[in-house]
Amino acid sequence: MENNIILKMEHIFKTFPGVVALDDVHFELRREEVHVLLGENGAGKSTLVKILSGTYQKTSGQMTIFGQEIDIHNPKQAQELGIGIIYQEFNLIPKLSVGENIFLGREQTNHFGVIDQKKILTGAQKILSDLGVDVNARHLVKDLGVAQQQIVEVAKALSLDAKILIMDEPTSALTDREITELFTTIRSLKNKGVAIIYISHRLEELFEIGDRVTVLRDGKYLGTQNICDISKPELIRMMVNRELKAQFPKQKSTIGEEILRVEHLNRSEVLKDINFSVHRGEILGIAGLLGSGRTELARAIFGIDKINSGRIIIKGKRHKIRSPRNAINLGIGFLTEDRKTQGLIMQLSLKNNISLPSVERFSSFGIINNGAEDQAAKRYVKELRIKTPDLNQKVMFLSGGNQQKVVLSKWLCSKADIFIFDEPTRGIDVASRVEIYQLMNRLTAEGVAIIMISSELSEILGMCNRILVMRQGEIISEFLAEETTQEKILQSALGVSAVA
Amino acid sequence: MRKDFLHHYGRQFGTLIGLVFLVIILWILTPHFMTISNLLNVVQQTSINAIIAVGLTFVIITAGIDLSVGSILAFSGVVLASVLNAGMPVPIAMLTGLGVGLLCGIVNGLLISYGRLPPFISTLGLMSVARGAALLYTHGRPISGFTNSFRYLATGEILHIPMPVIIMVIVYLFAHFVLTRTIFGRYTYAIGGNEEAATLSGVNVKFYKTMVYGLCGLLSGLAAIILTARLNSAQPIAGFMYELDAIAATVIGGTSLMGGEGRVTGTLIGALIMGVIRNGLNLLGVSSFVQQTVIGSVIIIAVLIDMTLKRQRI
Repeated sequence: MENNIILKMEHIFKTFPGVVALDDVHFELRREEVHVLLGENGAGKSTLVKILSGTYQKTSGQMTIFGQEIDIHNPKQAQELGIGIIYQEFNLIPKLSVGENIFLGREQTNHFGVIDQKKILTGAQKILSDLGVDVNARHLVKDLGVAQQQIVEVAKALSLDAKILIMDEPTSALTDREITELFTTIRSLKNKGVAIIYISHRLEELFEIGDRVTVLRDGKYLGTQNICDISKPELIRMMVNRELKAQFPKQKSTIGEEILRVEHLNRSEVLKDINFSVHRGEILGIAGLLGSGRTELARAIFGIDKINSGRIIIKGKRHKIRSPRNAINLGIGFLTEDRKTQGLIMQLSLKNNISLPSVERFSSFGIINNGAEDQAAKRYVKELRIKTPDLNQKVMFLSGGNQQKVVLSKWLCSKADIFIFDEPTRGIDVASRVEIYQLMNRLTAEGVAIIMISSELSEILGMCNRILVMRQGEIISEFLAEETTQEKILQSALGVSAVA
Repeated sequence: MRKDFLHHYGRQFGTLIGLVFLVIILWILTPHFMTISNLLNVVQQTSINAIIAVGLTFVIITAGIDLSVGSILAFSGVVLASVLNAGMPVPIAMLTGLGVGLLCGIVNGLLISYGRLPPFISTLGLMSVARGAALLYTHGRPISGFTNSFRYLATGEILHIPMPVIIMVIVYLFAHFVLTRTIFGRYTYAIGGNEEAATLSGVNVKFYKTMVYGLCGLLSGLAAIILTARLNSAQPIAGFMYELDAIAATVIGGTSLMGGEGRVTGTLIGALIMGVIRNGLNLLGVSSFVQQTVIGSVIIIAVLIDMTLKRQRI
């Protein structure tokens, strides 16, 4: 039995500045098994996989592959060790043929150093037919469907002699029929002696294809089980964090009048008949998996994406929001999920970032009043306790938590009273998180309404008054925070019917 | 205060040292270099490139590029000349020249902002279109012979300072003010730093981008006025390859092609470096073929040094 273990990871730690991404994690993989890696977003699945593929280096811990203790320093070494990885985003070149893609970087040549197309095509075709799939090596990758492209990725990994194949959410873009075909392929790989690490949060699939499952939560290892020994409810219980610690300093606030109401909002394919409202002093949570339409909803309200139909009523009046400028003027502030690419202008100073949406207020005839701008920035640096040497510091040199505070200041400065927070604490250390929660409390106490989108159920449950759950572009359920549990929210988000 | 100064102007300071270094070398190598009349001559010859480079600094700060400035200069120049020759008053003719430049720039801006063309393609196209228009308009012949009141714009002096230099100084003071103290300048940096974040902060990116290209065209029109007055002739082939000199001045001056960073003070020093090298090589009797090669090398070396220093800092 012991001989069957081809990969063993023990006491794996991985820390990033301010964050512990993996905290004493274990993982082992046997020959010919499909081992599912399960956890919520941010649980540490990707980090673990990136250590295996050589993208990240572990901070500490032990790794044994094929009985040999080893450190993986780079992706090339991982490849040589027989570890293949198929990402959600494929690494294929659309305008090359299937065969050329499979042998990319290892082109076979004839005596004159010219690429031998025939050798490549026959070699590729052999790998494909061994896999038992109907893909022509001559076809261009761009003409293939998603499922077939995935097969090409699998074939490419096999041509590199992969013994361990990592598949990251392989079914996220496939239809039911294609999933069945993929599973057939996975089974035939197993029979060839390939071990598969399968990352997914679709529970149904795990029971169909998996042999064992390892659950991670908040970077911690929660255990490994044989899939035949565990039930869906048990798995869900393992995935969610039940202890609501003092880390969520939610304070009671008085809920005031309705400030924003959305009626029958539609955006083709993305948002379907969205109805909800939010009141002054309230924190409304929006839960759901990635791609469930949460961020799309925020973008639609903020005037970034066009809507096909629906009404947005702010402070009792109907408004057409055509651009972020409109939204800002109506008092909406949007703290985007990704601070670096959407929230901040990294080369600009702290003070210029804070004043950007409201710079017109500090100006007359287009000329900025530096004194007024400085004063405003100074005020927020003090109130939000932003750690910075001076107001002219470029925000790229601030920490994640301080950057988030700059984004928050920006919307405070624009006098927003409807705040949309999209994953407000992602990549932020624990101490700054608590500060941000406290700021939310202060905002609601001042009569601001907050819409909080988050993948962290504990955060949603700990901070919100009401919670909407989205799935496939629809709001499918609504809960009051005190009357629900993380299990119920997750079941709803996953679309799992009532748990016995 | 001093720390603040270095913080803001550190990069420009480096370029300035480069310029001083060049000046000292030329001072040693040729006796004629360090004379008042030659130095004024250098600045005067630099002024046209320096003015165009201001427009390019704005464009490059938005992470764009404008290859059409030389052609816009030629087209504005010939239109201006024809208006002058038709007997119109000088101010009207000047406004027409500026207007043509502005309009060409706005066309670039509209194609880039609303037509979503890459700036490289849009301005490459306009480079050819404006050049062709200038040639068509004049049937390929120069338009010459203007009144003294017009030529005064190039030949006149105030306190022994040539008019082109005075115009250049005014343009730089104005541009510096716009970039550092106005909403227009702030948005220019914001757009180049991160277009998406700027949009999400309520900046009307399309409008301001269009205006930036408009400004760049307008300054090409201004350069056309000075060049036409100086040569007493507007040529449809004027301004050939000027875009490269202006881009070089901007980049040597520390404006990042990635956008979001740059100052006109740096651009001015960059333009002066280009002018000093040209003048020095002329004084040394170096052939124009060698000059081309030297100037190209200077651009490459300057940017290499800049990139290396930047990488060390981060």
